[in-house]
Amino acid sequence: MKKAQDEIKQAEMQKVEIMIGKVMQIGVMIAAAFMIVGILLLFVSGKSGYVGNSHPHDFSSILLGIVQLKSYAIIMGGLFLLILTPVLRVVVSIYAFVVAGDKLYVWITTAVLIILVIAMVIGMYGI
Amino acid sequence: MVQTAFILLLVGIAAGTLGSLLGIGGGMIVTPVLTVFMGLPIQYAIGASIIAVIATSSGATIAYLRDDLINLRVAMFLEIATTVGAISGALIAGVIHPLWLETIFGLFLLYQCFNMVKKLRGKGKKDDATDVEPDVLSTQLKLNGAYTDKVSMEHVDYEVTHVKGGFAMMYGAGLASGLLGIGSGVFKVIAMDSIMKMPLKPSSATSNLMMGVTAAASATVYFFNGAIKPEIAAPLAIGILIGAAIGTRIMPRIQSRVLRMIFVPILLIMGVEMFLKGFGVSF
Repeated sequence: MKKAQDEIKQAEMQKVEIMIGKVMQIGVMIAAAFMIVGILLLFVSGKSGYVGNSHPHDFSSILLGIVQLKSYAIIMGGLFLLILTPVLRVVVSIYAFVVAGDKLYVWITTAVLIILVIAMVIGMYGI
Repeated sequence: MVQTAFILLLVGIAAGTLGSLLGIGGGMIVTPVLTVFMGLPIQYAIGASIIAVIATSSGATIAYLRDDLINLRVAMFLEIATTVGAISGALIAGVIHPLWLETIFGLFLLYQCFNMVKKLRGKGKKDDATDVEPDVLSTQLKLNGAYTDKVSMEHVDYEVTHVKGGFAMMYGAGLASGLLGIGSGVFKVIAMDSIMKMPLKPSSATSNLMMGVTAAASATVYFFNGAIKPEIAAPLAIGILIGAAIGTRIMPRIQSRVLRMIFVPILLIMGVEMFLKGFGVSF
């Protein structure tokens, strides 16, 4: 009985793993689309949109640059989305373990997410 | 400008193919190409290679989840060790001198290279460890897994052992990547394959998933301090995503033994490189 249940959960887990893959694929494709559009814009216009060799590397200037269709800002937006894809992976994994009814791993994966967010915040503001 | 981007795209395809195949970050390809051949300052090269790690990881994970090669429980449990390791590495980076650490890690890689050669030369046995007895932690944490080998069309059930040792090694892997910005994947594959006795294919696939998570934290540092240059990192990342699509198609179709043979020279090169770096010789 228990074994049969485990097998059902295993099959469920596999389905969820495929779902994680799909969610990630969408995330990666959006990031790649930003980068490709930005690179093409850079080639066509020949302008980075910024003075000299500089590029925007904080939220407000990247967002502003994207609205103004500056090539470097669009590329940086894509790169930031790419950096977020591993976070997305951890978030959907938590969901996967919830579906699989695996409480222990819901906790373990949540712990990973918390540690990761702390590390990213430290990274954002410097140590 | 277009020419440079094209070269970066090609470098990315090569690094992404090899990286996704073996579960390593590809920094060992990207960094020297950028610094030596393209004359880029080291901080921009490191910024680009951390993006390379994430691109390889995300590109490969998509395919390996579909192929059911990834052990999600092993990945998430060990991820605690690598992320904590990465934070502690970043925190003590200013305090201790990392050079002698490079020597130690270099020696360790050379030792593992020797181990892999020994495994390859073992006669009559299957390449991956068989009849692995799970330890207490492995059973409690349900770390056992299964995958279907597309070459032999065999369904392989595997157990995992030496969980504590693997966890400690993963902490070391995180420490190394936080402190030195290297070895994001190599140490992870070693921890799973050599210490925890997982078969090489799921080890490589699982390492692919893990290394992006470990790298995400350091990537934010480089992103916000301006070390990630868009005109370099983006063409490289696109190339890597293409390369990862290639590598993940190759990996299920080759024998573990072949995969291990590709791994040996990589370990040798990295080991020597790190060992020498410890003595101030860098490439």
